[in-house]
Amino acid sequence: MDQWAVKQDGNKPNLIRKPSKQHIREEWVGRVYTALCILFLIVTIIAIVYFVASRGLSTFIKNGVSIGDLLTGLKWAPEGEPALFGALPFIFGSFSTSLLAALIAAPLGCCAAIFMTQIMPGAGRRYMQPVIELLAGIPSVVYGFVGLSVIVPMLRNIFPGQGIGLAAGALVLSVMILPTITTIATDALAALPSGLKEGSFALGATRWQTIYRIVLPTTLPALLTGVVLGMSRAFGEALAVQMVIGNAPHIPRSLFESTSTLTSVITLSMGNTITGSAHNNALWSLALILLAMTFIFVFIVRFLERRNKR
Amino acid sequence: MKKMLLVAVALMLTIGLAACGSSKENGTNNTGTNEGAQTNNSQGGGGNSGGKELSGSILAVGSTALQPLVDQVSKKFMEENAKVNILVQGGGSGTGLTQVSDGQAQIGNSDIFAEEKFTDDDAPKAKELVDHQVAVVAMATVVNKDITVDSLTKDQLVQIFTGKVTNWKEVGGPDEKITIVNRPASSGTRKTFEKYALGTKTEDLQGAIQEDSSGTVKKLVTETPGAIGYLAFSYLDDSVKTMKYDGVEAKEETVIDGSYPVWAYQHMYTKGEPDAAMKAFLDYMVSDSVQNADVVELGYIPVNKMQVTRDVEGNVTKK
Repeated sequence: MDQWAVKQDGNKPNLIRKPSKQHIREEWVGRVYTALCILFLIVTIIAIVYFVASRGLSTFIKNGVSIGDLLTGLKWAPEGEPALFGALPFIFGSFSTSLLAALIAAPLGCCAAIFMTQIMPGAGRRYMQPVIELLAGIPSVVYGFVGLSVIVPMLRNIFPGQGIGLAAGALVLSVMILPTITTIATDALAALPSGLKEGSFALGATRWQTIYRIVLPTTLPALLTGVVLGMSRAFGEALAVQMVIGNAPHIPRSLFESTSTLTSVITLSMGNTITGSAHNNALWSLALILLAMTFIFVFIVRFLERRNKR
Repeated sequence: MKKMLLVAVALMLTIGLAACGSSKENGTNNTGTNEGAQTNNSQGGGGNSGGKELSGSILAVGSTALQPLVDQVSKKFMEENAKVNILVQGGGSGTGLTQVSDGQAQIGNSDIFAEEKFTDDDAPKAKELVDHQVAVVAMATVVNKDITVDSLTKDQLVQIFTGKVTNWKEVGGPDEKITIVNRPASSGTRKTFEKYALGTKTEDLQGAIQEDSSGTVKKLVTETPGAIGYLAFSYLDDSVKTMKYDGVEAKEETVIDGSYPVWAYQHMYTKGEPDAAMKAFLDYMVSDSVQNADVVELGYIPVNKMQVTRDVEGNVTKK
């Protein structure tokens, strides 16, 4: 305390001040405000998980459907006699569309990112990245409609079958997840320490050798993170897929035959079923499966990020 | 000071949001508290006005097939009754019936009888609801234009929709694979079609397409060779070929005289008897000025023109 007193007595400019009351108040206001935001988020997440789980689990508890039947059953006839709830075709549909979409979009996205960061860094990042990110802003119903009007007739003319199906769904999804994969890959490649590349060039490696020997292996976990995030977006996309996939509750015999995904069957039937009925509860169970899958995707991303840091 | 004010406002907003959030999470239904308040409001208003000037707010939720009609009529009704506020939402027949039964909405719009939706344990819920039939929607079987067949019998339709017949040549058409464009199993349109055109429930077949909007069904039937589907009369035009059913042409006159059977009432359900404002609105829906204008204009068939009536079991009686 004396110290302060001396400084003030000495008629000098008041350089070191006591933490004023205002600052203490600001500190507390900031702390309480951020804590409330976090609390709000946590409560929301818990509430959603609880809500979906309570509805989704009542299929097994109240309606007496066994978990095994739901996960491995091949027949979905919720309004039939007897009602059957086999969701395997939907699980298969969701996985195959999002995997196929990732297979199409991953090479495209990663190569676009390499072009924008390694080959043409200036114009690439300034003009091309905004264009690709624009894809993320297009509403999914527009994707669905374009898919239905362009991709489905095209597939129908080229391949045998109805045009509608897994292939159409995967193509639409691959365009939708392209911005996610490209943006994350671009950021990862741009964040690569320049010393690595310069070292490689100094050793006499060509630009292409540097890219596939040094740049790609080093950024691989980050690139995979982008692909997994893209897949999880594809997994959760409902509207665009529902419009082009056909929605038959069966595992398709070809890429061009009507099938369903978890999301498409939920959006198709949710509004038409009575809350609390077995059919409605079964849809909530599907939502629960989706939620569980999303958590798994998040864990994979976390795991990849940890490896990335090492 | 300005900063402090900003922080305080932000804080208040967050708390406000959080409060909203938690109240939503407490109730199982996302609009529970709101709608409850509205019910009270409308009932109170109706009682006080004594029938002279109507007031209150009405929420009508449900069938997307009926939504355009209710929406258009409600606007006209609100012009004449400034103190009545009517909100019309879609969401499907199931949503409409659930919400009116739970008291979240005052009117539940439905394509099918409540008794058909509330089955088994839920059956008592249907008894509390009062049915108001406001229009008739008829459906026609449609096929892609490359099909040369003009008429299908009930048996042929059943065979096609159960997968026993998979090629058009088996019913007298060209040698072409049949692609079924169906509606989802829970849809009211499909239930109507199955009940009155096929007389049996059908399963979702391998390779059959299901779409939940009439627009998409029409687009797919128009474009896919060998496609068959069904559409409400208001969607019919030259882009698809309309089939006769058992030799009877699908048009308004044959529906009205009862010879064409594939039609359903459009229902507006209230829980118990409606209050003054609701009753006035429902009466307005079936008045001649609406039935002969808006109903026809939007492609429905006026309910009071029908020469036959039908009950839940499907028994048809001449008026």
